[in-house]
Amino acid sequence: MSLEIKHLDHIYSQGSPFEFKALKDINVTIEKGEFIGLIGHTGSGKSTLIQHLNGLIKPTSGTVYLDGRDIFEQNKKEMIQLRHAIGLVFQYPEAQLFEETVARDVAFGPKNLGLDADEIDLRVHSAIDMVGLDYDLIAEKSPFELSGGQMRRVAIAGVLAMEPDVLILDEPTAGLDPRGRDEILSQIKKLHDAKNNTVILVSHSMEDVGRLSDKILVMYQGETVFYDTPAHVFKHVEQLESIGLAVPQVTYLMHALKRTFPEMRDDIFTVEAAREEINRVLGGNKHV
Amino acid sequence: MFKDITIGQFYPTDSVIHRLDPRTKIIFTLVYIILLFVINNLWGYLFATAFLVFVVIASKIPVSYVLRGLKALVFIILLTMILNMFMTPGTVIAQWGFIQITIEGLRVSIYMAFRLILLVAGTSIMTLATSPIDLTDGMESCMKVVPLLKRVAHELAMMMSIALRFIPTLMEETDKIMKAQKARGADFETGNLIARAKALIPILVPLFVSAFRRADELATAMEARCYRGGENRTRMNQLQFEKRDAVSFVGMSVLTALLIGSRYLTWPMPFPFG
Ligand SMILES: Nc1ncnc2c1ncn2[C@@H]1O[C@H](COP(=O)(O)OP(=O)(O)O)[C@@H](O)[C@H]1O
Ligand SMILES: [Mg+2]
Repeated sequence: MSLEIKHLDHIYSQGSPFEFKALKDINVTIEKGEFIGLIGHTGSGKSTLIQHLNGLIKPTSGTVYLDGRDIFEQNKKEMIQLRHAIGLVFQYPEAQLFEETVARDVAFGPKNLGLDADEIDLRVHSAIDMVGLDYDLIAEKSPFELSGGQMRRVAIAGVLAMEPDVLILDEPTAGLDPRGRDEILSQIKKLHDAKNNTVILVSHSMEDVGRLSDKILVMYQGETVFYDTPAHVFKHVEQLESIGLAVPQVTYLMHALKRTFPEMRDDIFTVEAAREEINRVLGGNKHV
Repeated sequence: MFKDITIGQFYPTDSVIHRLDPRTKIIFTLVYIILLFVINNLWGYLFATAFLVFVVIASKIPVSYVLRGLKALVFIILLTMILNMFMTPGTVIAQWGFIQITIEGLRVSIYMAFRLILLVAGTSIMTLATSPIDLTDGMESCMKVVPLLKRVAHELAMMMSIALRFIPTLMEETDKIMKAQKARGADFETGNLIARAKALIPILVPLFVSAFRRADELATAMEARCYRGGENRTRMNQLQFEKRDAVSFVGMSVLTALLIGSRYLTWPMPFPFG
């Protein structure tokens, strides 16, 4: 499913003294099967933007097309149908847990899809597996007795179980320990590789989006600054820094190395690629 | 759905009404409410309305904003009007079968509508023009002079300010949880009444969980900073009456005299009041 965002504006509390222009003329097209990293300083409008993509908030002007259909022209029933195709994991999604057991909470979404009981069981099982939890240990527990990281995974499983064509995650790793972060991200990547679904990952980490994304969308004060491949975006070091962002640490290293070794490439943003490049340039010098 | 509730909201401007001492505004509002029940004819309501219009203009708050608070009450006001119109015995002026309208009914229903609208608009203008912190400070010091409330004045004011502080937070939270469940395909907008009531469970459970967690965290944070209630507690900003407050109290006396005096006015009045 392709998503086409056209001239999207959003003004919060329009007409009151607290009026705030959160999105300004956003134009972005996301193709089916792409992995998009959405990055920007706190308050740059990332969460506002993604809530438009499944019709949770209405634009002040402009619109979003899903496979050519204007999603804000749909009636209530169709809108609910649409939300089945676009799964949105909110920031701190553990706040949405409500059922008595983990399994029943994860089943909430699939139940709303109107699936039959066997299919629901199957999906709940595989969604819980997918987020790296042990179904047999956890399925009958209350979600409120889990640790913060486990609750997060259960909440993500609740959206994965709906098997949406477009998966949107709003800072899914905020407040998690490094290991939990890596696990969740690699599960999302694995799912993307297996199902070729469209993924939009909101993140603060340039390392993560650089490593995972096909394209990066950079936002600043409600506007899109860049929408391009990581290699292209990370060339604009100064511009990124001026809007409170940075390039991955390893890219800084490559820039520094380039000053000594002019033939070194500096459009590199993963540790693996950096190691290869350094090996290539410095040849047999295996100290790195 | 929450956007229309203006009672308890604050609308900052730089007007003289905003700068009045909160105690002045609280006392003024109380006196105004009492006066609304003293009034017994149209002249009185016209004076009271004119005064409120004057305050709204002086406060620089858009009229539409004050009226928005009334929108939620349109139904109650209409219901009161209709009940009074048809249920009051007296001289019949119109009749369909057993339904009848009397002059007295018409009069009472118009008075009632005036009274309710002025009551709500008057209270909203006070909260719109007073920051929540000022409001609770003012309440606390007003309650301190009431014998029965004296001992608990601080605690009541603290509870109130915490409640006021958390209204927007809880609304935001509700909004967020609602959106999150909608994103999971929950349906709050279609279906019958029972289905809709059941659909609220996925909102209410997380909301209560988070409210209790917040309350618990706040209590811990207050204790960690040695909060022990109102005894011997001093404050950074002492409330201070200014000249403008003195002017307001003079204005209040004039208004009181005018509204009580209006009871004895015998100028000819239009139908159905004459
Ligand atoms: N419900 C709301 N009402 C008013 N302003 C809001 C609301 N939600 C967000 N904002 C404002 O819009 C801006 C963008 O917010 P958001 O989209 O949450 O940014 P991000 O997710 O990039 O941190 C922020 O300045 C925020 O204060
Ligand atoms: Mg956000």
